Amino acid sequence: MRSIMPAQAKQRMVRRFALALRLAGVLLVLSGNLLAAQDVPIVSGALGFFDSKNTGVNFFQPVAAPVVVAPLGKHFLAESRFDLRGVYIRQNGTSGPYQGSFVGTTQYLQLDYLASRRITFTAGRFLTPFGTYNERLSAIWIQKLQDSPLIFPIGTRTTGSSDGVMVRGALFANPAIHINYIGYFSASSSVAQFQAGRAAGYRFDFYFPSKRVEIGTSYGRFLQGTHNNSTGFHFWWQPWRVPLEVRSEYAHGAHAQGYWIESAYRLSQWRGPDSLFGRLEPVFRMQQTFRNSPGPGDGLPAADTKQADFGLDYHLPHEVRLNGSYSRKLSATGNGNIWDISLTYRFLFPMWRGHQ
Amino acid sequence: MKNATWKHLPLPLAIFLLGSWLTWAQAAGTSPAAQHKKPAATNPGERAFQENCGRCHNPPEQLSPRITGTVLRHMRVRALLSPQDEHDILKFLAP
Repeated sequence: MRSIMPAQAKQRMVRRFALALRLAGVLLVLSGNLLAAQDVPIVSGALGFFDSKNTGVNFFQPVAAPVVVAPLGKHFLAESRFDLRGVYIRQNGTSGPYQGSFVGTTQYLQLDYLASRRITFTAGRFLTPFGTYNERLSAIWIQKLQDSPLIFPIGTRTTGSSDGVMVRGALFANPAIHINYIGYFSASSSVAQFQAGRAAGYRFDFYFPSKRVEIGTSYGRFLQGTHNNSTGFHFWWQPWRVPLEVRSEYAHGAHAQGYWIESAYRLSQWRGPDSLFGRLEPVFRMQQTFRNSPGPGDGLPAADTKQADFGLDYHLPHEVRLNGSYSRKLSATGNGNIWDISLTYRFLFPMWRGHQ
Repeated sequence: MKNATWKHLPLPLAIFLLGSWLTWAQAAGTSPAAQHKKPAATNPGERAFQENCGRCHNPPEQLSPRITGTVLRHMRVRALLSPQDEHDILKFLAP
């Protein structure tokens, strides 16, 4: 295996990544003397191995996605998530020796100030809060299908992360309804580990706990180059009676729009969640994008696309999960099959013993 | 060609939905599976956990009492937990 990344660029990336880790380390050390018995910093996240065959091109990725969270006194919280992965692909796509490259990403590295029971201020690098997928489902130990939805780049361009400030919280909450809000501003950055676009936006959620139904709307305005708007709507339903999850999003960007709807049904009612069949979770996702005008570099399919994803997850003991899926993509630019298989192991442990 | 291929998709979708419905129907009836149906949570903390955390991920298999505060604060920010839910879940995880 050979690396396809120039040595200098690799060195620069490793150096910047080390700086981000060092910053997280300093915050951890500072937190040491300020903690209550239940507030020991944690190391969480997941290790994974992904294999994918996309229209004949096979590639595999070993992934580590560590999350570090450290409370600082009563009102501050430092948290970060990184994505470290090797990408191995054949030299000519379908033939030749495998080549590998390392990709390290700082997905968030933020400091939160919990100002009151209803307001939290965040500064640093954070996941762009457009729609639900990026913030809630993109972690590799949560996502039920290996690939992100086709409309994922709408509103989250271009990295899914923002550098700036955010305010968020629960505006109103009672047993019948929760109203949540998020507002953010991001500055433009071209630094390797902290790339982000200049943008601003908000999200509002209305959640009905007794029905486990959520509806929400997102808005983002890209403020560099050609300014444009992105809007989105989401709907989630997870009935109490059955282990069924229905999630969906619609998003409209400057040059394209689309939707996805995903349903997952854990067979836990079949002799319990730890039985042979109870660990199975079939997943189905339907998605479609519509190209309104050419938008090179926007990350969306170049032509109208339909895709159906059929997945089967198996929840093994000890936080290990096996995922397999088949997708059929239909597009004017070419139809294709996508086969994915992945294994993830989720971990969560205290960083040190802490006070008893 | 494209349309011809697309025509085949409703069939697996229908099978999946039918299978899901049959499983649900069986569990809701008097089958042995019904005996394993989880009762509604009576503990307000457990219910708050299912209402919030359980919507995105399964509960961790093990959670050290030393880190419950950290995990809750992390989720308060990420999941926009209401103050009452945060309080109830903390009591549920670290009674």
